[in-house]
Amino acid sequence: MPTIRLERVSARFSGARAGTLAIDSVDLTVQRGEVVAIIGPSGAGKTTLLQAIACALRPMQGEVGLFDSSPWALSRRRLHRLRARLFLAPQVPPLPPRQRVVTSVLAGLLAHRGFWTSLRSLFYPVDSQAAQAALARFDIAEKLFDRVDRLSGGERQRVGLARALVSGAELLLIDEPLSALDPTRARQAIAALVGAARGSGATLITTLHQVEVARASFERIVALRDGRVMFDVASAGVSDAMLRELYADHEDELNSQLEGATPYAYTLPGQLELARPMTCR
Amino acid sequence: MSTSSPTVLRATLPQRAVPDPAAGGRLGLVLLVAVLLWPMLVWTEFRPWDLFDARSLKFTAKFLAEFVPPRHDAEFLGLLLHQTWRTIAMATAGLTLAFGLAVPLALLCTGRLSISALTGRMAAMPYVLRQLARWAAIVLRSIPELVWALIFVRVVGLGPTSGVIAIGIAYGGMLGKVYAEILESGDAATTQALLRNGAGRLQAFFYGTLPQCSTELVSYTVYRWECAIRSSVVLGFVGAGGLGQELDNASKMFAGAEVSSILLVFILLVAIADRLSAWLRKELG
Repeated sequence: MPTIRLERVSARFSGARAGTLAIDSVDLTVQRGEVVAIIGPSGAGKTTLLQAIACALRPMQGEVGLFDSSPWALSRRRLHRLRARLFLAPQVPPLPPRQRVVTSVLAGLLAHRGFWTSLRSLFYPVDSQAAQAALARFDIAEKLFDRVDRLSGGERQRVGLARALVSGAELLLIDEPLSALDPTRARQAIAALVGAARGSGATLITTLHQVEVARASFERIVALRDGRVMFDVASAGVSDAMLRELYADHEDELNSQLEGATPYAYTLPGQLELARPMTCR
Repeated sequence: MSTSSPTVLRATLPQRAVPDPAAGGRLGLVLLVAVLLWPMLVWTEFRPWDLFDARSLKFTAKFLAEFVPPRHDAEFLGLLLHQTWRTIAMATAGLTLAFGLAVPLALLCTGRLSISALTGRMAAMPYVLRQLARWAAIVLRSIPELVWALIFVRVVGLGPTSGVIAIGIAYGGMLGKVYAEILESGDAATTQALLRNGAGRLQAFFYGTLPQCSTELVSYTVYRWECAIRSSVVLGFVGAGGLGQELDNASKMFAGAEVSSILLVFILLVAIADRLSAWLRKELG
C-alpha cells in the first residue's frame, strides 16, 4: 500500500474562499520510504499540495489516501491521531520568539508525549539529548539553550528542521527547507534530512526552489506548474529542456539557480509588536 | 530673501481670500452638539451654581477647615495601617479568584486552539461551546463589581469576603475576555503548526500560544491588580471593609481630619501600586 495516494485532488489556498484553484486535479502516489522533491515556479501550488497531503487543508474535490486510510472519512479525533504520524514543516519556521531553542525543538515530540511530560519539559527539558542530536545534524548544537529571537534567519530555519527530525514522524513534509540558507548550509541540511529519512525508513517530501539540489539529492522529482503536475519522473530523467519548459516565463527563478545558487529573499517572521491600550475593559 | 518674499507675495495677492469651504460644516457641528447637550444638562439637573450658594459654602468651608491637620495619633494610624493592609489583601485575593475563573474561560473562548478550525470552518459543537464561554465572560464583567458587592454583602454579610467575591467575579469575566483577545492577537502560525502535527490543544497552548503572548498577559494582569486596589476602596462603601469603609464612616460623621488622613493614605497607596505595576511591566516588556 502506498503511503500517499492523491486522486484528482483540487484545492484552494488555505483561507481563500473563492478564486482560482491552487492545485487542480493532481494525481500523486508515493510509496513508503521514497524521497521526493516538488519543484516548480512561484505560485505553482507546491505549498498547497504539501498541505493537502498533510490533511492541513481539505481538498475541494478528489480523494486523499494517507497511511492506508481516507483521512476525511475519519472522525475528528481519529484524524487528529493520524496527524501525529506526519510532520509538516512550514517555510517560515513557526517558533515563538521568546522560546528557548531546546523547547522549540522538543515541541516536535508533543504528539507522542503525554500532557504532563510535556508540561514538565517546560520546567526542565525532558530528553534534551534528542534535541541536541537533531541540532547537531544541522551544526547548531551549541545554540541549544539560546532564545529563538537571538538567532539569525538561517539559524531559525535549521532549528525548524531539527524539530522535524526530532518528531520521528513516518512522513516528513518540508516546505522550502533551504530558503534562508547559504549553499554550504543548504547541502548540509538536505544531507541531514535525506539521511534521517533513509535511516528511519520515513517518507520525505520537500518543496524546493533549487532544482540542482533536487536533481542531485532526490530520487524522484514532481514538477508543478499552475496547479497541475507537468512531470513526475526519476530525477535522473529530468533534462534541462524539461526544466526550461517548466520555468517558462519564470526564467529568472531558474537562471539564478543554474548560475550558482543565491538564496532568494526571505523575510523574518514579523515580530508582532502589539500596542494594547490599557483601558478599563 | 525671506524678508523680501512677503512684499513680493503681496503684489500678487488676490483681492479677496477664498472662503474656507469646511467652515460652514464645522459651525453646524458645534451648534448641533450644543443643541443635543443642553437638554441632557437639564435632565441631569446639572446646576453647578448650587455649590456656591451661601449655606452650602459655609458648610463646605467648615468641613474643609477640619481637614488640616489630618488626624495622626498612633491609635488612628495603626487602624489605618490595618485597613490598608486589608484593602491590599482584598484586591490580591479577589484577583487570584478572578485569575482562577478567567483562565478556563479564556482557554474555552479562544478559537486559536480549535482543531476543527484548522481545516476550514469550526465545527458546530465547539463553536457553540466557545460562544457560550464568551457570553459567560461578557455577562460576568458587564455587571460592575460594586453591584456584585451589594449582592454578596446581603448573602455573606458585611466584611471583606463579599469584596473578594465581587472582585473575583467581575474581574474574572474581564480578564477572561481580554486574555482570550490577547491569545488571538499573536501570530497564529506557532500554535497552528503544532496542532497540524497532532499536538493536543493544551500542549499547543503551552508550547505555541503562551510563549507568544506571556508578557502581554502578565502585564495586563498586573495592571488589573492595580485597578482592583482602587476598586476595593470603593467596595468598602457598601460594607466590604478596608479603607473605603473607614472613609464612609468618617465622612458620615463629618470628621474632616479623619477623612483627610484616609484620603492621603489612599492617594499614597494608589501611587505606590501604580509605580510597582509600571516597574513590573517595564521589567517584563
